[in-house]
Amino acid sequence: MELTGAEILVRFLHDEGVDHLFGYPGGAVLHIYDALYKQDKVKHILVRHEQAATHAADGYARSTGKPGVVLVTSGPGATNAVTGIATAYMDSIPMVVITGQVPTALIGNDAFQEVDTVGITRPCAKHNFLVKDVKDLALTLKKAFYIATTGRPGPVVVDIPKDVTGACTDYVFPRKVTMRSYNPVVKGHSGQIKKAVNMMLAAKRPIFYTGGGIILADAVKPMTELAHLLGFPVTNTSMGLGGFPATDRQFLGMLGMHGTVEANMAISHCDLLIAIGARFDDRVTGKIEKFAPRAKIIHVDIDPASISKNVTVDVPIVGDVNSVLKTMLDQLKVSERKPDGEVQAKWWQQIEEWRARDCLKYSTEGQLIKPQHVIDTLYKVTKGDAFVTSDVGQHQMWAAQFYKFDKPRRWINSGGLGTMGFGLPAAMGVQFAHPKATVVTIVGDGGVQMNIQELATCMQYGLPIKLICLNNGFLGMVRQWQEFFYEERYSQVHVEAQPDFVKLAEAYGHVGMRIDKPEDVEGALKAAFKMKDRFVFMNFITDPGENVYPMVPAGAGLDEMILI
Amino acid sequence: MRHIISILMENEAGALSRVAGLFSARGYNIESLSVAPTEDPSLSRLTLVTRGSEPIIEQITKQLNKLIDVVKLLDLTEGPHVERELMLIKVKAASGSQREEVKRLVDIFRGHIIDVTDKSYTIELTGDVCKLDAFIATLKGDDILETVRSGITGIARGDKALHI
Ligand SMILES: Cc1cc2nc3c(=O)[nH]c(=O)nc-3n(C[C@H](O)[C@H](O)[C@H](O)COP(=O)(O)OP(=O)(O)OC[C@H]3O[C@@H](n4cnc5c(N)ncnc54)[C@H](O)[C@@H]3O)c2cc1C
Ligand SMILES: Cc1ncc(C[n+]2csc(CCOP(=O)(O)OP(=O)(O)O)c2C)c(N)n1
Ligand SMILES: [Mg+2]
Repeated sequence: MELTGAEILVRFLHDEGVDHLFGYPGGAVLHIYDALYKQDKVKHILVRHEQAATHAADGYARSTGKPGVVLVTSGPGATNAVTGIATAYMDSIPMVVITGQVPTALIGNDAFQEVDTVGITRPCAKHNFLVKDVKDLALTLKKAFYIATTGRPGPVVVDIPKDVTGACTDYVFPRKVTMRSYNPVVKGHSGQIKKAVNMMLAAKRPIFYTGGGIILADAVKPMTELAHLLGFPVTNTSMGLGGFPATDRQFLGMLGMHGTVEANMAISHCDLLIAIGARFDDRVTGKIEKFAPRAKIIHVDIDPASISKNVTVDVPIVGDVNSVLKTMLDQLKVSERKPDGEVQAKWWQQIEEWRARDCLKYSTEGQLIKPQHVIDTLYKVTKGDAFVTSDVGQHQMWAAQFYKFDKPRRWINSGGLGTMGFGLPAAMGVQFAHPKATVVTIVGDGGVQMNIQELATCMQYGLPIKLICLNNGFLGMVRQWQEFFYEERYSQVHVEAQPDFVKLAEAYGHVGMRIDKPEDVEGALKAAFKMKDRFVFMNFITDPGENVYPMVPAGAGLDEMILI
Repeated sequence: MRHIISILMENEAGALSRVAGLFSARGYNIESLSVAPTEDPSLSRLTLVTRGSEPIIEQITKQLNKLIDVVKLLDLTEGPHVERELMLIKVKAASGSQREEVKRLVDIFRGHIIDVTDKSYTIELTGDVCKLDAFIATLKGDDILETVRSGITGIARGDKALHI
């Protein structure tokens, strides 16, 4: 049967298993919106800004592992989506973004609402397509989903001119696609894996450093099994939190700029670093020469370009972590050898000394609410079982440090791009994907205002998100840098005029709360979580002078932390 | 070190800009670039000359391989190979002695004169970079009216072939 391009798109999304589409209409996508109107299988979520559509789709993807899907119009619709595309790209999140384009005959003519979407998104998407013929549409969409979700995942943009959505052709759902130019590696080199296993068995001071790759690959089970089998300490990047149970004794917390003493010291002193699905980001390594200076390094990653990019490794293993970890486990289980218990006990003794420094300790005295105390209490009140998204800043780091994630896909934050305005729309995507779950977003008073309009979307769809605003009256993370490294010259970080967030929440139809006494924190949180079907905006007035510790200054080694 | 990277990629609109964009975004340098479709019109063959330390070249080849449109690539400089560049050069040839001299040089360099006027010769010359440079050096600077160079193309020696 002949269908229009718009109908093909909608039918395809349904056939591909897409249940939610986050978007915003406009001229170039009118045919598509008409096709959406005539069906009820793919649910369209109307956001209030295209950036929010991308972050919502991103939150949906991070919390489910399924690709998030976005639909925006040409020109400003597409440019508004760019920040969200770049955010997903930096964190390797599977996403398909459909952008409307001016009719093919007008492309290149500076037509109304024309931008070179393919050109603009080329460096910040895994791949992109311009569909010039309706006959190519279904297969191109299939390729987009295939590329977005395989290998190292990432966002793919499909730009569709208006006339293509109006033209007709036969539609058959392409079940499979193969591409001669794109064949991600899955299995790791068995010789390299064997070498790695032998090094693990011989190591005196080993440590696992695991990242977002464990979450993306859904490889928590084999990773946990491997760590338990060997008894080695584990540290996670901020993207990797939840990839190993945070309450496990073997877990040392996050490493890097705001990592724990035990994690950063263990990295600085280890003799074997086993990096799995992590990419040696500069926020993690600090000064490269001082990163794991005494260690041999094993690196498992699906992207060859991640390996030996920042740090030269000794044993590179290109492959899917799931497959590689399983091979490692198989080899270890048949091996006669075990790690030397006595040597390991000595290493652990050293680690426990670092751990005893209790680097995340904070004072609970005084009249002001400590932001750490809010997160600590949130963890207790939600029994550690919430989906937590965050914005970017100090509150993000406190959330990463104080909410102990025992499960993957529960901690959702913009790590690589550090996009303020991410938290609230990402939480919407999570709540759509998990309507019954407890969804919390932890935001700052600065960043929350970057997508505050989404409070209306939350109202429209009745999303019972709990928003925790750690309101320090400052662009706190920047203020902290100015305090430490610019002799307290606080340049443009004091956000003097703030809206009354309680009234603002109420104006959007939500519940607003203002909490300014430490003793009210727990009661307020409990009260908010009792309101199961309401969006609650909790404005916590926190100590404006509080800083995130530990902190490794830019350019320093991980063992040169500033401590409280 | 100088490397010649040979790339087989999908002959699609925008494919070339993905390569060029990658180099500018990551701050790699391109010394020369030449592209054309192969005997299979769905594929383009691209030859790229770049310079960098070993780790940089490793990143360049990995990043190129990561481009979805890239089917295969080969660093020609890793093995024995032949490289050639085509140059078209227009020179002054007005007086009888000047015409004689240019003709003689062209013969020595095994070039061809492919267009003639009463004031100029247009010469076609192929060779490696050194040969073309040497030819230019032997001419008097003032006599050169215009030069066009294609950029290097290359191929591995022996039976080794870059194809799908
Ligand atoms: C204000 C701020 C402060 C920050 N401070 C810190 C900090 O103190 N500590 C910290 O850790 N981070 C911090 N970050 C985050 C940091 O910027 C990086 O985003 C993060 O460290 C990267 O995590 P990752 O190495 O796990 O890589 P990711 O970006 O999660 O990349 C995943 C890696 O896994 C690979 N991969 C994907 N799928 C697979 C698969 N199936 N098999 C194998 N490999 C796969 C990918 O190729 C990639 O190399 C901070 C961010 C902000 C905004
Ligand atoms: C879009 C964007 N602009 C600027 C920055 C730089 N930046 C990083 S953290 C931060 C301050 C955030 O302030 P707030 O949201 O109040 O959080 P806090 O650090 O106070 O917890 C800024 C401006 C950014 N990450 N993203
Ligand atoms: Mg703030």
